Amino acid sequence: MPERQLITGNEAAAEGAIAGGCRYFFGYPITPQNKIPEYMSAHLPEIGGVYIQAESEVAAINMLYGAAATGAWAMTSSSSPGISLMQEGLSYMIGAELPCVLVNMVRGGPGLGNIAPAQSDYWLATRGAGHGDGRCLTFAPFSVQEIYDLIGQAFPIAQRYRNPVMILADAVLASMREPCVLRERLDPPEEKPAWAVGGRRRGRQRNIVNSLWTDPPVMEEVNLRIQQRYEEAAQNETRWTEHGADAPEILVCAYGISARICQTAIEHAAEAGIACRLIRPISLFPFPTEVIADWAQRVKKVLVVELSMGQFIEDVRLAVEGACPVEFFGRTGGVLVTPEEVAERIIEIA
Amino acid sequence: MNTLATTKTIQPIYTRPDSLTDVQMRYCPGCTHGIAHRLVAEVLDELDLKDRTIAIATVGCSVYAYEYFDTDAVQAAHGRGPAVATGIKRCQPDTIVFTYQGDGDLAAIGLAEVLHAAARAENFTVVFINNAVFGMTQGQMAPTTLMGQKTTTTPLGRSVEQGGYPLNICELLAQIPGVAYLARETMTSPKRVRHAKRSLKKAFQVQAAGLGFSLVELISSCPTWWHMKPLEALQWIEDVMVEQYPLKVFVDKLEQGEQAEKNL
Repeated sequence: MPERQLITGNEAAAEGAIAGGCRYFFGYPITPQNKIPEYMSAHLPEIGGVYIQAESEVAAINMLYGAAATGAWAMTSSSSPGISLMQEGLSYMIGAELPCVLVNMVRGGPGLGNIAPAQSDYWLATRGAGHGDGRCLTFAPFSVQEIYDLIGQAFPIAQRYRNPVMILADAVLASMREPCVLRERLDPPEEKPAWAVGGRRRGRQRNIVNSLWTDPPVMEEVNLRIQQRYEEAAQNETRWTEHGADAPEILVCAYGISARICQTAIEHAAEAGIACRLIRPISLFPFPTEVIADWAQRVKKVLVVELSMGQFIEDVRLAVEGACPVEFFGRTGGVLVTPEEVAERIIEIA
Repeated sequence: MNTLATTKTIQPIYTRPDSLTDVQMRYCPGCTHGIAHRLVAEVLDELDLKDRTIAIATVGCSVYAYEYFDTDAVQAAHGRGPAVATGIKRCQPDTIVFTYQGDGDLAAIGLAEVLHAAARAENFTVVFINNAVFGMTQGQMAPTTLMGQKTTTTPLGRSVEQGGYPLNICELLAQIPGVAYLARETMTSPKRVRHAKRSLKKAFQVQAAGLGFSLVELISSCPTWWHMKPLEALQWIEDVMVEQYPLKVFVDKLEQGEQAEKNL
């Protein structure tokens, strides 16, 4: 039965994953996401699952690669510098068409940076996934409840598209405590996918998990198959929310914690007589291009708000395709925007 | 249809092990990878492990190992075989998992992964091919390259100033309590080949018994990048390489367990 608890974003990520069927976790400590591995180390063994603390993020993502190859529902979590180290493994997982879930609680960068909230891994999340022609399906929650809900859904999505799924949040969402409705924990499906290694072979063809295709036309075929799955994901998994004025002057685009701040900012702007509508992409890849393109035809300007120096704005510009001016407001290095600052910027451009 | 198998008087006594596919291997003439593959396959056959084995191919000359072993297989990123093996084995403890890694893969880029897998007493087997050179990339220095040995990146011979000292992996691992079987062998003569097979068999038995981490280092020849004829290469192993890398069983917890039982 549903149960309401006051928990942090990190706890929501961990419990949401378990509730969604995750039974295997491989990770390495890094702030601000340490409560996720801590929670997993306490709770997975209780239900027959496995928690392993790897010697590095490099090892963690490759343990995940091995686990995923057996058809297990498995995950890792990290924060920006750790996600950088996981890029190689993600590329191999995409190439080998393996599903997994990973959480990135983004912190300020580049370099060692700091442990404050940032959104400066937007490119890393949506364009990254290491070398080659692949990407992570990426979802950006904006509340503790949404972290819990999205990570549960991420496992079947990863399986369906045989691709890593990243939950992209930040240091604020990781640490903040909110009421969260918890569901009953689901078990992962007993039947393993046909491509998985392991178990007793007995009569079936042997399975090989591999990303080495030395013949270019064969590699191209694999890449086109992966691309086809991204197109299917665009049809089925594109998610966003929108609210505010029905006849807006300014369209505000923001995701994750920035969108949360922008909710208040557009109320301030409305008080100053400027009608705004907020579009909040939940899926960053696939990106809700169409809805932004549609609104761009009907507004004076678009304002993009992000905790980075112009990463997310590129996807918005690609959607707007020059239909109206696209303005920017952002802070960086772990500094949050305030509703007042955003409202001022809206008034400035209106 | 008059094959050897159907002739009553002549029986084949030496055939391809069941655990090897009939794919033609891509190894150079005189290379000992082929013997090492065959020994692993014979052991899987003899212990009846083939149907629950997962082979992990790594990066180097043996990158295509997944084509040669007739088992389920996973191809791993360079050096990451032991991490991948950890993930597999932890999810499916009833499988038999082995990585097949060269000296570049295991002793250079993958040193952390293999050491920590041993420290965690992960219950899988590593087949470690040490031929003192990066073969696949055409003969560069490896961590196991001998002092003074010429490679394409040590054209004047390995020096301490430029390349430091060779790394003895078994001696490093021997200190780790999670290691249940550890041996260094070579394949330079029929006798040595028999010893190598005995160690490989022990390693897989140790895994099947759930005793922990097992590794067999096989000192191997690379006639191509050593610029030697195959027999000269084998002789060089005997004359030079085993000085640096003594052939030895370092750890055998199966034997220790049997001894302990006898003593009871």
